[in-house]
Amino acid sequence: MGNTLTVLVENNPGVLARVAGMFSRRGYNIDSLSVSTTDDPRISRMTIVVQGDEAVLQQVTRQLRKLVDVINVQDITKEPHVHRELILVKVNGDTTVRAEIMQIVEIFRARIIDVSQDSLIVEATGDAGKINAIEDALKHFGLREMVRTGKIALLRGGVTAVEYEEE
Amino acid sequence: MLLTGGEILIEALKDQGVDTIFGYPGGVVLPIYDALYDADINHILVRHEQAAAHAADGYARATGRCGVCLSTSGPGATNMVTGIANAMMDSVPMVALTGQVATPLLGRDSFQEADITGITMPITKHNFLVRDVNDLARTIKEAFHIATTGRPGPVLVDIPRDVSGNKTKYEDPGPVFKRGYHPHNEAKPEQVLAAAKAIAAARRPVIYAGGGIINSGASPELQKLAEMIMAPVATTLMGLGGFPGDHALAVGMLGMHGSKYANYAIYESDLLIAVGVRFDDRVTGKVESFAPDAKVIHIDIDPAEMGKNVRVDIPMAGDVKTVLGQILEVLEVRPDPHWDEKVQAWKREYPLDFHKEGMKPQAIIREICDLAGDKAWIATEVGQNQMWTAQYYTFTRPRSFITSGGLGTMGFGFPAAIGVQVGCPDELVFDIAGDGSIQMNIQELATAVNYELPVNVAILNNSFLGMVRQWQELFYNKRYSHTELKNPEFVKVAEAYGAEGLKITENAGIRPALEQAIASSKPVFLDFVIDREENVMPMVPPGAAINKMIG
Repeated sequence: MGNTLTVLVENNPGVLARVAGMFSRRGYNIDSLSVSTTDDPRISRMTIVVQGDEAVLQQVTRQLRKLVDVINVQDITKEPHVHRELILVKVNGDTTVRAEIMQIVEIFRARIIDVSQDSLIVEATGDAGKINAIEDALKHFGLREMVRTGKIALLRGGVTAVEYEEE
Repeated sequence: MLLTGGEILIEALKDQGVDTIFGYPGGVVLPIYDALYDADINHILVRHEQAAAHAADGYARATGRCGVCLSTSGPGATNMVTGIANAMMDSVPMVALTGQVATPLLGRDSFQEADITGITMPITKHNFLVRDVNDLARTIKEAFHIATTGRPGPVLVDIPRDVSGNKTKYEDPGPVFKRGYHPHNEAKPEQVLAAAKAIAAARRPVIYAGGGIINSGASPELQKLAEMIMAPVATTLMGLGGFPGDHALAVGMLGMHGSKYANYAIYESDLLIAVGVRFDDRVTGKVESFAPDAKVIHIDIDPAEMGKNVRVDIPMAGDVKTVLGQILEVLEVRPDPHWDEKVQAWKREYPLDFHKEGMKPQAIIREICDLAGDKAWIATEVGQNQMWTAQYYTFTRPRSFITSGGLGTMGFGFPAAIGVQVGCPDELVFDIAGDGSIQMNIQELATAVNYELPVNVAILNNSFLGMVRQWQELFYNKRYSHTELKNPEFVKVAEAYGAEGLKITENAGIRPALEQAIASSKPVFLDFVIDREENVMPMVPPGAAINKMIG
């Protein structure tokens, strides 16, 4: 099970390379990483899922904090939080199987967002378990290609990343 | 008034109190060199950019101020890479300035373009590429702030040709504020109490002190703590001089080539007080047998060092001097004299010693120490010369020992000694070298002669890459693969550059040669022809436990 880190960074050129470089040269494994700007254009937010025991997590957190462009790091794995991934799947689907696919889409509360003569694009959001499940469910129709965003997460309640007390 | 970027750089450097730069010119730094032409800054022209970085490093270590080096783009910048990595590993405050191709040419594989901010990302504390002359002054201020505060380290500022050539107004950028940069200072009160309690309960405490003592200026606090609790003080290579080597509680260096008594004390301790150190593998040997029965207190400015290599019971992130002060304030102890008696007995039983017959490098180092003593500044290269110096020179002053610890850079010592001499013009400076290392930056003889820097270089010449040969002898069946060196006549090399050279082949010649070198106002190469297969002993074989020393 991965640990979820929320990392606020300066929106400077090269900041992704600094973070990714630290992980690779120190031998830590990233399961997923997603980056985007925040409401403040000077700050970007990374959600990083990383494997490792407590000692590894502590080191990762401290090495991240050591980077000058990193503003704040939180390990929110054990904090109450909501998290989502987005998946887009292009699946084989001519008229003979469309109904079946639409049923699956219904069950997962996913959506069909594009359709051609023999294929569909399905969009789903949810936690990793749900995303894995829908991927499995669609697999036997034949997946042409797919893309997943990696996890994004926010703490529950009114607390924000900036206010959150560090260790 | 509008100034060029080059002129703004000079103003910004002067505002940081910089009066000395080590550098080498080139195409894209022409606007900077044009501004330097009549600037009130001492520029030392080295003969290779690597030496500029090492000289700035040596200057910083000796003076405690931030070293500054400057090179052009591409090969100039990449030549500085080793020097920057060296400063990073040993936490030396340095600002490295590099020229870069003009911003419209960036990313087009232009002439002499190298992505130096990309290249140096893992070997700098931070780096910047300045894209607009209006950002230059603030960036320089931030660079110095980051390089000199918290855990010191090198910061690189890459300045494109058009940024140093364009004009703008120079204004003080105001206070530096980096949201993501907050060096730790004080330890938490509960940690201080826990540490004081652990120290009071310890029967066999040992202090393991490193370069952080020197960077933080914590020698008085360290000495006070050691005396209060009667703990032996083992220093790392970087920590030598941070605690007086002639103090009764000093047990010298620990680790791979440490003293037996230092390593025994560590092995048997029940409390390890690790101060300004990072548990390097050359110190710990086999990690599981490093102080196996000890509780560990780790005091260091860098929180990321806590628990990186070994488990720590009481982590105390903060400035070493401040945290030691916090502990001393609350500490109450009744030390157990038995422990000190045991350590003193080890010192008598396993002294550092060598066989005296022949021309011994250890004897030469003792002689330099006798003559120059605690007045001198001693740089070394890397290898046997470095380890013998660490073992046989008694360092009593912080900053008096200048050596490449973490990176182990051959070729560091000579340019570093030049930097030391520039920073301390009236002082006695030695570089203790090997015949291999000295040839890695021997061209700096020209710099030393050029600026009349009377650096003395004691070459311990065994016509071998001595430390590698030693490992081949011990672990590779004496197969001396490519470690024998056919050397030039160092005396003639020195003379060709306009320096002095002396060759010493017997013991009787050691002292007179040293006296002559010290008296000389020129740089001097002392070519000491030593016993070829002398080894650095004792030694913890690689991967072995710290108490299993050979020799």
